[in-house]
Amino acid sequence: MLLKELSELDGAAGAEKPVRDALRQFLHLHVDESQVDKLGNLIVLKGQGLPGPKVMLAAHMDEVGLMITDIDSDGMLRFRTVGSIEPRLLVSKPVRIHSAPGTLPGVIGSKAIHVQKAAERGKVFTQEQLYVDIGASSKDDAAKHVKLGDYAYFNTAFAPFGDGYYKGKALDDRAGCAVLAEILRNAYDLPLYGAFTVQEEIGLRGSQVAAYQIQPDFAIVLESTRAADLVPDEGPSWITQIGAGPALSIVDGATIYRPDLLRSVQDLAQRQNIPLQLRRGGQGANDAGRIHVSQTGVPVITLSIPCRYVHSPVSVIAERDYRHCIQLVDALLKNLPLGVQ
Amino acid sequence: MQEAKTKNQQIEQSKKFLSALSAGSAVSGYEHGLLEMIAEGLRPYADELKHDAFYNVYAKKKGLTGQGTILLSAHSDEIGLMITDIDALGFLHFAQIAGVDAKTLLGQEVVVHGRQATPGLIVPIPESLLSADDRKKAAKIENMRIDIGWTQDQARERVSIGDTVTLKRTVSELLNDCLTGKTFDDRAGVAALAVCLEELSKLRHHHDVVAVATVQEEVGVRGASISAYRLNPDLAIAVDVTHAVTSDYKAEPIEMGKGPAIALGPNIHPALYRKLCDVALEQRLPYQSDPNPGVTGTDARAFQITQSGIPTGLVSIPLRYMHTSVETLHMRDVVHTGKLLAYFIAALPEDLEGMLCY
Repeated sequence: MLLKELSELDGAAGAEKPVRDALRQFLHLHVDESQVDKLGNLIVLKGQGLPGPKVMLAAHMDEVGLMITDIDSDGMLRFRTVGSIEPRLLVSKPVRIHSAPGTLPGVIGSKAIHVQKAAERGKVFTQEQLYVDIGASSKDDAAKHVKLGDYAYFNTAFAPFGDGYYKGKALDDRAGCAVLAEILRNAYDLPLYGAFTVQEEIGLRGSQVAAYQIQPDFAIVLESTRAADLVPDEGPSWITQIGAGPALSIVDGATIYRPDLLRSVQDLAQRQNIPLQLRRGGQGANDAGRIHVSQTGVPVITLSIPCRYVHSPVSVIAERDYRHCIQLVDALLKNLPLGVQ
Repeated sequence: MQEAKTKNQQIEQSKKFLSALSAGSAVSGYEHGLLEMIAEGLRPYADELKHDAFYNVYAKKKGLTGQGTILLSAHSDEIGLMITDIDALGFLHFAQIAGVDAKTLLGQEVVVHGRQATPGLIVPIPESLLSADDRKKAAKIENMRIDIGWTQDQARERVSIGDTVTLKRTVSELLNDCLTGKTFDDRAGVAALAVCLEELSKLRHHHDVVAVATVQEEVGVRGASISAYRLNPDLAIAVDVTHAVTSDYKAEPIEMGKGPAIALGPNIHPALYRKLCDVALEQRLPYQSDPNPGVTGTDARAFQITQSGIPTGLVSIPLRYMHTSVETLHMRDVVHTGKLLAYFIAALPEDLEGMLCY
């Protein structure tokens, strides 16, 4: 299963190669052209030479992860996060370090509760306090196995979960990558560009150069977005709800989406009986922020798969949201919003 | 070469047993689930195997004369969680059993031991719903939920209030024969007991040995108290884990990979401490002295004051990150602990009274 494969691959900003290679391999029979640009974006084209508006679909390949930044004299590895990970989530986790030629297991431990002072017990372990233990006996021993700049990842297995859900790591945004890859297996009556972008998590960097190269007439960003649907009667704080359909962004920290486009997407979803929800809350940003201001400007929408616990060792999406997102993108490519043509 | 190979085999065998024990789940008071696994690991070396109503498991190995009885213990229970509510959205609320560090729970995968084993995730409620004060502090259990991906009605079919929860963690091997996983406190001690019994089958020893996997240590050494009363041994040695030094914890001098830590102090009979050290030196086994000025937080605490008093010793396996799901130890320390106990038992005189005389 593509989504499982992508979720279990490792690739933080600057180290997206495993994800890119898997996607190239998956797509090479389905697209007309495939190239990797100077930043590492994978850009594929389907429907080469067809008339009609150029449509760009974008999903980012990178996930949040860790980078080894120093080795202590006792062989423990200091690290920093690549992208944003809440420090509370780091402690007491196994990680795998990508250290050529393979991977190496390690753990982020913490001072035992028995020996914490009273004042320490209520405090968050900061990222600076934490380190990765690989069982090395000394700095020299550790340096034989790990180099500064090596990346490390949570090693969470992807699996079906509960009532039609999936749990796994990196669903932000491998779920979007999987939707995009599934769409690229179909044929559409227009030149369709698939951009699997790099470095979204450290500031939407890959999408800027991808959009510049493609110069699309219309773009759809395929994302995974936060579903905070945990506490009953707090609906307005939920942002999105898993299982209630893909989420259409109205406004976020980087983009105000065009109201006429939003209306036509909603109308289309309704006509085709595809569940759709609106993303509540204006925070966060995604590749749309760079794409919509590329060159002379690009009409853009963001469709997201609602995802619980983004940027954590394990996140959850609904299988039906994933399926409905593919359906809606498919419908959109067959019925482009009026403002685009 | 032959010797080295044997040593490796012993480490591998011990690793396998410890990994199996670590995968088991037995929150204090719920140790019955581990019974078969422990029995399987100890049975090959035991003359008698039984358990009591609390699921303390007793593996007896007869001595040449059987004049005295030696009790060895390692506790089988683990710290864990218990379900306290199933809310309208199907999220589970929970409380802790024994010394859980709430800070280490977020983002963990768990198994809820309901009518069927149900996978779940420990997750924080959204930060926007926390008080300004709580946002700055370490996460509290009241602000966490377990997501099992089912609606309230579906959840009720699977899970009840009072069900226990354990962390899901596969053991993995680090460099230099280090191992990491959950519940090495004190399943590593149980693995060391297996090594000891196996070694004893190659040695001559006068006294009967009863290796006990004790229950409910984490909530106050209750299984130790019951089992020691039942056996009323001539001496008892608890096998547990102890904090190994890390850069952020240097209060005690015990290091991982440098051999078992032999405790001394008021909770420990001085002759047993001396004998354990002497045997380690004679057998060229590495060991570390572990001074404990008070009462230890181990089964030894109960043994010493059971019935009319029992001469008690304590041997500990150095361990990093105790009571987290990434407890880390050195497998050599586990094997050396088992061997030390076996040679110690073999070196005991027929007349224990003389040796234990103050």
